[in-house]
Formats: sequence, C-alpha cells, structure tokens
Amino acid sequence: MDLSLSDEQQMIVETVRRFVAEEIVPLEASLDPDAGALAPDDFERLVKMTKEMGFYGLDIPEEFGGPGLDTTTRALMAIEMSQHRAGLYNPCYGTFGGAGLAQLYEATEEQKEKYLYPTLRGEKKGCFALTEPSGGSDPARAIQTRGHEDGDQWILNGSKLYISGADKADFALVFARTSDDPGRNGVTAFLVDTDTPGFNVRRVVHTLRSTHYATEISFDEMRVSKDQILGELNRGFAIANDRLSRQRIPYAAGCLGAAIKAQEMAIEWAKSRETFGGALAEKQAVQWMIVDNEIDIRHARYCILEAAQRADKGERFRTEAAMAKLVASEASGRVVDRAMQIHGGLGMTKDLPLERWYRELRIRRVGEGPSEVQRLIMAREILGGSFK
Amino acid sequence: MVGIRMEKPWLDLSAEAIDALPAQLGVYQIADGQDEVVKIGYAGGLEQFGIRTALHRELEAGGTRFRTELTHGYLTRWEELLMVHLHDHGELPAGNSTHNQKLGRLRIDGAGPEQKNEASTKGAN
Repeated sequence: MDLSLSDEQQMIVETVRRFVAEEIVPLEASLDPDAGALAPDDFERLVKMTKEMGFYGLDIPEEFGGPGLDTTTRALMAIEMSQHRAGLYNPCYGTFGGAGLAQLYEATEEQKEKYLYPTLRGEKKGCFALTEPSGGSDPARAIQTRGHEDGDQWILNGSKLYISGADKADFALVFARTSDDPGRNGVTAFLVDTDTPGFNVRRVVHTLRSTHYATEISFDEMRVSKDQILGELNRGFAIANDRLSRQRIPYAAGCLGAAIKAQEMAIEWAKSRETFGGALAEKQAVQWMIVDNEIDIRHARYCILEAAQRADKGERFRTEAAMAKLVASEASGRVVDRAMQIHGGLGMTKDLPLERWYRELRIRRVGEGPSEVQRLIMAREILGGSFK
Repeated sequence: MVGIRMEKPWLDLSAEAIDALPAQLGVYQIADGQDEVVKIGYAGGLEQFGIRTALHRELEAGGTRFRTELTHGYLTRWEELLMVHLHDHGELPAGNSTHNQKLGRLRIDGAGPEQKNEASTKGAN
C-alpha cells in the first residue's frame, strides 16, 4: 500500500492544518474547556472561509453539491480537523458543514425536497433514532418499537434511548418493527416530523461527554403516513449500508487526529520537563511510552488509509472500515492515556485538552458500533457467510 | 438517575455562604425574594475558584437567594435546567433572556405547557 500523499492531498492537508492552528486553536483559548460551539460571529466568519476554500459540506456527495473528495483525502482532512480541544466530536466546530443523515440520499425525490435539501441548506436538522432501552448493538433483534398499519397510516408506539439531538431536530429517522419477523427483515425506517403528536422527548441523558447530552424519546400512538417510509417496508436496514461503512473511516480518522496531537504534546513535555536531574525524555520508562504511542498511531493510520484506498478503488472495504474504527478508537485511547501519564498532574487538569479527549475517546469505543461489533463484522467476512 | 429539576432548599446569598462552598465546577440557580428563579448559571472550567467565583459575581449583581449542584457535566446540566424551566414556565428566567443558542424541547410529563418557542430558542450564561 502506498502511504505517500499526492501533491493535491499534501496541499489540502497543509491548508487544513493551518486553518486549525491559526483560526480554531486561538479561539479555543478563551472558550470554556468543555465548550461545544463558537460564538455565532466567529462561526459565520469561519464558514465563509471554508466555503471560499471550496471545502464546505465535505461529506455531501458531489451530485448534491459537495466538493467531491475521495475517501482518502476526506480521511486525511479528518485527521487534521480533529487536532484541537473540541475536535473529536466537533471538528473545527462544524465550520466545514454537515451532510445530514446518510440514509436521506436514498430517499424519494419528494422526501429529499422535504428533508434532505433543507438539511443541506442548514434550514433543518435531523436525528437518528435506532437504539432502544432493549439494546443498541443488535438493533435488528432489539427493536421493540412497534408499527401497526391503520388504513393509509402507521401508528408507532415505543421508545428510543441515547438519541443525539432529538430535542432540537426538525425530523427523525425512526426504526420500528412492522412485521412478525424477529430480525432485520421486519424493520422499517420512517421519516417523522418531530412536531408530530405523540413524538415526545422525555429526558436528557448525561454522559462522559459533558459538552453534549443524549435524549430518551417515546412514541405514543404516533401516526405517520405511508409516504413517510424511507426505502421499502420491512427493509429499513438495507438503506445506505455502503455510506455507513464509508463513514466509519473519517470517524476513525478523527480519533487518530487527537492521538497525534496528544503525542506531540507528550514529546514536547518530555523534552522540556526536568526530573531527577534530567529531562523526562531521557528516562526509559517515558521513552517506551512515547514509542508505544508511535506504534499505536502508525498502526491506526495504516488501517485508516488502507480502508480509504480500498473504498476509492471500488473494492470491498467493510472489513477494513471496521478494523480502522476498532484500531483507531482503541489505540487513540491508549495514546491519550499515556500522554496524560507523561504530563503527570498537569495531564489530569482542564488546563490541557487531554482529559477531555480521554473522556470522549472512551465513548468512541462504543459509538458507531462498539469494538465487539466491529470484530463481529470482520469475523463474518473472514470466516465466511455461514456465521451470522 | 439524577433528578431532572433542582429541588434543594434555597439559601441566602452572602459572601460567607459562598465562601463555605467548595471551589468546584457546577450549576446554580438564583432566586428573588419570593423564591422564583431569576437566573440559571454555571461555573465552568474558566472560573478561578469554580462556583465560588461565579456566585460572588451574582452577589455583586444583586442576587438574594441561591442553590447549587456540583457537577463536571455543568454545560449539559445547565442546558437541561434551562429546558426544564422553559417546559415548566413557558419562558426562560429573566437573567437568561439573552440566551442565543437553540434550546431543545422536552415533554417531561407528557403534557407540559406550550413553549414560546421563538423566545425559547434564544439564550446566555
């Protein structure tokens, strides 16, 4: 595998790196250490800049007006964009724009008019309502939200847990069981306006990620029309699988960015901090932590770029994307943990971003499918289709 | 599960009461003489002495009663308290009237009062 960057990729990486260093990091210095947003004026100014750079709406497919970056370049950008305090979950504070829910690109034209295009214009927000109190890692079997047909409508009853942004969303993609099939062939995806009677955000769920909460929502006799079904009836899980696998790659790259920055900080500190008559960097215990960090970083980088390059070549990349997600999220957690150890007491404080990355990287091992599910995905392909 | 509303007893806001608090991060409510909430605030990582610094500022601004909750999740808890107040009263406390971030909609008990949503979607610390 060729890990070298093209001239264009090198230029893009340097542009984004400069943007983070010169525009994002200085603003962060005056924000609360757990802040998740820029001041509105700063946000608008930086969005104008990313639009002028031609990088706004990074994840929007080219046919819908996106910049048309390949997956490798997108991953390289994600590595750079996450190298600041809020960068793991809010790279560059969203100034590069969002793409909306990947499933919307598979919607009917009428549904795109109502949900996708307003989302891309920044006029509407959607949320993804899949996980339930009964489980999230095996949603096809865990889903207990039930849909009953009533004339040309469906009536939904049930609840969802750990849903991000449901309280502020204009619409939700809701998965419900619509047949007696106990597995994935009995689940349908519905596009639901959040002001529909019966759509209730019950509570806020606080997590390690103290910048952003999740929610619990319930559906109480919520009526939706048949034209709000996304895709086919009982085929809700077939929607946008390729796009979802592809999204795991920049997700993994975001983890790596934080790890690279933590390693930079650890090296700088180890070289400058004196203890027992010499720099920390002279101590073998510290040297080995730095080396182990480097091994983790290079391993993750290799897995991410391998997955991205296979995706760009049109080859199967499901296993590679799962491996990238697993390796990057776990390796980055170890790197930040060692960086905190090298920094000693300072590493535990909110004076540095390490403690925030430490908390948020712990979530990354569960978010977008936990490590165990990534292993399951890989095992299915490695062992063959009979292990389902 | 943490209670969704802050229901601790109100205390008189004084320098002595503030200095008796630990210098931790957290959220607080300020009330008027009738114990009506007039502001919901937080003490974040930039405060020199955590909630003490934030409450001394409120004392100088004329606050009379207060209650606190110490938490590292001060931003999400603060936003939750604003949302709950909005749910219960239909508008934000006067001290948060300039809030400029969109707040979420909660329907805690299934039938909360309708929110004044345009106003509710504005906010500040």
